[in-house]
Amino acid sequence: MVMTSLAAERRNARTGFMAAAIAISMVGLGFAAVPLYRIFCQATGFGGTTMRVSEAQAATIETTSKTVVIRFDANQRGLPWEFKPERPTDTVTIGARDMSIFIAKNTSSQPMVGTATFNVTPSLAGKYFNKIQCFCFTEQRLEPGQEIRMPVLYYVDPKIMTDPETKDIEEITLSYTFFPVETPNTVDPQGKGS
Amino acid sequence: MSTIAATANEFQAHGDDHAHDADHKPAFFARWFMSTNHKDIGTLYLIFAICAGIIGGGISGMMRWELAEPGIQHLTAWASWHNGLVGGGEATLNEAYHMWNVLITAHGLIMVFFMVMPAIIGGFGNWFVPIMIGAPDMAFPRMNNISFWLTVVAFIMLLGSSFVPGGSGYGAGTGWTVYAPLSTSGSVGPAVDMAIFSLHLAGAASILGAINFITTIFNMRAPGMTIHKMPLFVWSVLVTAFLLLLALPVLAAAITMLLVDRNFGGAFFDAAAGGDPVLYQHLFWFFGHPEVYIMILPGFGIVSQIVSTFSRKPVFGYLGMAYAMVAIGVVGFVVWAHHMFTTGLSVDMKMYFTAATMVIAVPTGIKIFSWIATMWGGSVSFKTPMVWAMGFIFMFTVGGVTGVVLANGGLDDNLHDTYYVVAHFHYVLSLGAVFSLFAGFYYWFGKMSGRHLNEFLGHLHFWLFFIGVNVLFFPMHFLGNQGMPRRIPDYNAAFAYWNQIASYGYVIMGVGVLVFFANVFWSLLAGRKAEGNYWGEGATTLEWTLSSPPPFHQFETLPVVK
Ligand code: HEM
Ligand SMILES: [Cu+2]
Repeated sequence: MVMTSLAAERRNARTGFMAAAIAISMVGLGFAAVPLYRIFCQATGFGGTTMRVSEAQAATIETTSKTVVIRFDANQRGLPWEFKPERPTDTVTIGARDMSIFIAKNTSSQPMVGTATFNVTPSLAGKYFNKIQCFCFTEQRLEPGQEIRMPVLYYVDPKIMTDPETKDIEEITLSYTFFPVETPNTVDPQGKGS
Repeated sequence: MSTIAATANEFQAHGDDHAHDADHKPAFFARWFMSTNHKDIGTLYLIFAICAGIIGGGISGMMRWELAEPGIQHLTAWASWHNGLVGGGEATLNEAYHMWNVLITAHGLIMVFFMVMPAIIGGFGNWFVPIMIGAPDMAFPRMNNISFWLTVVAFIMLLGSSFVPGGSGYGAGTGWTVYAPLSTSGSVGPAVDMAIFSLHLAGAASILGAINFITTIFNMRAPGMTIHKMPLFVWSVLVTAFLLLLALPVLAAAITMLLVDRNFGGAFFDAAAGGDPVLYQHLFWFFGHPEVYIMILPGFGIVSQIVSTFSRKPVFGYLGMAYAMVAIGVVGFVVWAHHMFTTGLSVDMKMYFTAATMVIAVPTGIKIFSWIATMWGGSVSFKTPMVWAMGFIFMFTVGGVTGVVLANGGLDDNLHDTYYVVAHFHYVLSLGAVFSLFAGFYYWFGKMSGRHLNEFLGHLHFWLFFIGVNVLFFPMHFLGNQGMPRRIPDYNAAFAYWNQIASYGYVIMGVGVLVFFANVFWSLLAGRKAEGNYWGEGATTLEWTLSSPPPFHQFETLPVVK
């Protein structure tokens, strides 16, 4: 039979384990892609992820004379809530703050906690869509039959007018989807960013 | 390339000395079911791949039959029959549509994971990598056995998935890409879970195989067989093994997340709960683009061996050829989003992925020019393997050119998900990879079985197949340019003409395949006995120093390569 010396067998085992380690770390990298992708989206506005800014940052923005239409879209998934924008659209001046109201009502007979995911389309507008305050930054608890009005305070960054990819955008759709929170907590519940 | 110290005769003489030892084979069950011999496992893989190819090819025949005319002709009857198998009744139109999705899914997955990969890596890789580097066997023979049987179980799992509910009908109808949300909230029922699990098993099998090849090639080369003397087929399998090792685990992670989303309330790809379905596409294509090179690189290797053999010259630019494959492998990992040009990428991103994709055309071009340069001025003999290899070069070039067209993000906005893409990947796969498989089969069949195939039938097979597949796939370029979407069973009557022609092409190809099987059976029953080196002086790699078939255990004394 074939003579494989002990040394040769050891060497094979070592190479084999090294190759296996590469494969296993690639599985790890596959899973690590999930948080990395989230961070990437938050940093770059990829996939229509909106930006979150502080009052102080917002104060430095100058308004322009151009307007853009913001269309609101409200959905719920797995929550017996009525959820809708107060108005279907708003026309806002680029650079100026705007406050829009969404209304949610718990139609069930139980108190429920929900939170909303969001994004904008066209997705390239994500990095210029800045939220100062949003109901989506926190969880919302609604008692049976309770209705609340929830504000979102935002502005569109004037840089959108100079970016060749976004300068022609005339309408941005801001979309929210409420979903139930199983284990309410106080941390930012957002999957994809704020 | 390497020159071999011993002549074929010396080796055969040597083999005879030890005939008693070397040819001691275990009994039937132990030999074929518990096999640890790389040649037997290679044979098992080839038989398995042929069976899977018959099923996958049969499914494509059904699809071409349905697509021969506009309208739904046979689909409802097939779906009703399929329902009948599991105790259901007459199929609704929606179930018929689902049946279509099951067919395209099964065809794609079978051809990729259970035909091309097992044949080219499991079959030819197992058979010839150890021999070509002068090793007695693979590094981990028992693991090799596990790889094979995992692949079989995976295949049974996939076939089994078609008998359980998968959403709007029986079976998994997600396409081979298994995109979320169709594969998550869009397909309730166990079928998609089974299909995903099948991919897990097939992936695990391939990863184990890759570990085995890497270890074998790094550690078990005969004295004198340096890395830079290895035959190009061995190089191609080495690069492929690394691609498998780096790409498949990412697929495994992605489809595990699908399972979590499907069964355990996960939201990795659920936009309504903070996930993102586009992330699945990124993960899938991070695997998917290297995967297409996994399917084609060993074919490059086979074609290099054959072109050199029948031009009776070493391959032109050996090192360039080897490192072109390495370059293709490396660049192949940074081009994935060319499959996602229509997902809303920014212009800058599209520009990057367009440019990076086109860079791959450079090492690919090097390979094509080197093959031509090898033939140039060589005394080329047009034996069956050589005509298949030349067919490969032609087809692959056509597919490469349409690939470069698709690589343009701007153009792809129009062509994505049309028949143009179907034409592209069939030119590189069904015609590229499959031609290299047939080339390898005609080249090595005598070596593996000890019997010659018939040259006339081989050429007849080639011409029928060559004409058939071109009639079948070339018109798809026109259909795609006219805007016919892929993955549909029914279409606008405007597309009828070229669809009909394509279906005729399938029939011509099918006749060619019948000739192939006739040739194989004829050879096994009555073929002329093959001598050790039946291709003559051009065949310089180590397998030609052994008898045909080689002894059950070869190279008990390691050959010395100068
Ligand atoms: C010069 C080399 C190549 C280039 C530039 C290229 C480019 C592309 C591009 C841009 C697409 C996406 C088209 C779309 O979906 O809209 C594509 C699809 C595809 N290519 Fe290639 N390709 C090349 C070689 C190959 C090879 C060698 C293979 C396999 C052996 C291959 C297999 C595929 C497959 C299977 C798809 C379709 C995947 C799917 O959507 O299901 N390509 N190719
Ligand atoms: Cu690709």
